[in-house]
Amino acid sequence: MNTISLNYLVDSLKLIKPEIALSITLVLIVLVDLIMNKDKKFLPYVFVAGLLVTVYLLIEQFSTSAFAFTTAPNLGMVIIDPFGNFFKLLIAFATIIVIMFSVLSNEIKEGLDRQGEYYALMSGMILGMFLMASSADLILIYVSLELVSLSSYVLAGFNKNHVRNSEASLKYVIYGGISSGIMLFGISILYGLTGSTNLYEINSLIQASQVHGLTFIVASVLIFVGMGFKISAAPFHFWTPDVYEGSPIPITAYLSIASKAAGFALLIRFIKITFIQSVDPNGFWHLLNVIDWKTFFIIISILTMTLGNFAALWQNNMKRLLAYSSIAHAGYLLLGLTVLSNEGIMAIIIYFVVYGIMNLGAFLVVMLIANKLGSEEIDDYDGLGSKAPFLSVSLAIFLVSLTGLPPTAGFIGKLYIFMALVDAKMIAVAVIALLNTVVSLYYYIRVLKHIFLNDPQKETQVLSTSVASVVFLVVLITPVLLFGIYFTPLVDLAKSSISLMGF
Amino acid sequence: MIQVGLNHFLVVSTALFALGILGIVTRKNAVMVLMGIELILNSANINFIAFAKFGNFGFQGQAMALFVIILAAAEAAIALAIVLNIYKTFSTVNVDEIDTLKD
Repeated sequence: MNTISLNYLVDSLKLIKPEIALSITLVLIVLVDLIMNKDKKFLPYVFVAGLLVTVYLLIEQFSTSAFAFTTAPNLGMVIIDPFGNFFKLLIAFATIIVIMFSVLSNEIKEGLDRQGEYYALMSGMILGMFLMASSADLILIYVSLELVSLSSYVLAGFNKNHVRNSEASLKYVIYGGISSGIMLFGISILYGLTGSTNLYEINSLIQASQVHGLTFIVASVLIFVGMGFKISAAPFHFWTPDVYEGSPIPITAYLSIASKAAGFALLIRFIKITFIQSVDPNGFWHLLNVIDWKTFFIIISILTMTLGNFAALWQNNMKRLLAYSSIAHAGYLLLGLTVLSNEGIMAIIIYFVVYGIMNLGAFLVVMLIANKLGSEEIDDYDGLGSKAPFLSVSLAIFLVSLTGLPPTAGFIGKLYIFMALVDAKMIAVAVIALLNTVVSLYYYIRVLKHIFLNDPQKETQVLSTSVASVVFLVVLITPVLLFGIYFTPLVDLAKSSISLMGF
Repeated sequence: MIQVGLNHFLVVSTALFALGILGIVTRKNAVMVLMGIELILNSANINFIAFAKFGNFGFQGQAMALFVIILAAAEAAIALAIVLNIYKTFSTVNVDEIDTLKD
């Protein structure tokens, strides 16, 4: 090995400092787990400390745009750019909150002797999601996707004595295995057509020569299957309700935010880098004329949100309801991609911040209630308004925000998505999305009716909330209300993180 | 004497892919479903190697196939552990009977 390539390697290592910090955290967690074989309550704090270092390193290199592990000039495996860094930050913050969830959760406390496994798998999963958000090579895309999937299969069935945990992980592993296998087959065809696995190289090859139309379409759609599974888009969403209902609540919350964010980062990067021809001054993308992605995404997103919203109407389990609502939200998020413009990406980024906070909040309240009541059935929530006023009011705020009503942050998220749609002259799609929001109002408000208007069926004592969970809820409620009124910082953040490497 | 070319490999890999999907759709035993998934992964592997050899694309295809073999092993280990756990709790590995989470 000569000195030049060694220098390349050192330069690359400088760019992936956050990932290195995460890997060290993973090793530390395993070591602490081995050394402290009796007292394991430090484990989550080790993890949080490692994540805080990661967050610091991410903020430090936020506006850097470069390739790491270059194979040729301007071609590399890993891309470091503001877009990827934004998603990594979002994932890191979501992980910190989910670790706090896990500390409070009764379900995780049950498997106290296996906490080491739990946090080690979680740190493996976040490393995979970081790589997903920054991969520019089909090999890395597949490997990182599998790293995330394999960790989450085990986490979904963490309490192996619980029937529904085991069932959730079985369903997850079967659906996940099939969709990643189909994606791999698509990757192999794409590799055969272009002779390269690097997205930038594939892009320049398609620009240079006319690649066979139908085969190329089949390969791209097969690759979309794997990503559609991760973001639970419509025809590939069947795992979502079962896995979300069966898994421990912290893992459900984690899957619905971090895993989905990584999937969206991967999807947007794949579509933009592989198929872009040029970006016009107004920020609209002109894609290569191989596949009509616009129509494809319009169909997928309308199908996703309609299916999610209508199926949620009949749910009686709170986790299952939130699972369908997260499918519907994936549909709204995909709308931001259908406009194929920088404004759409900005809308997705704003929506993701808001969605992350309010969904984590909703799952936190559901978990705190389940810790006390031992149930997630909506019928058991009757009369909760008088027994646990603080929890009920916070759940009301999160659900109103998920609907997208004005004084909350959820409204701002939807507003920017609709603005992007109107600017792209897609009024009909915007109207369908608006009608969907009206449908979603019904099932969110139905929960609130049970909490505040129905009388309790059986006598239960007043539910007390611990100080830690109250503080934690306030931390999540504040941004939901604040961003609903003062959202300039959110928009500024989104504007600074839309730039993808190379375009 | 027939020269074995790219098309022969593609026919084999597509057949394997189709058989894998067929296995997943028709089989009720969870272990058989997992075998269907393995078939799909291996059909992609054949594609990678065949394209790398006949297209003179260098070693990316072979490298990818190695990664896939390792990941397939990891996935099989995890999936079988999950199926074993299912057998302990449900006393069956028939995927149609494991449906407590339906509404």
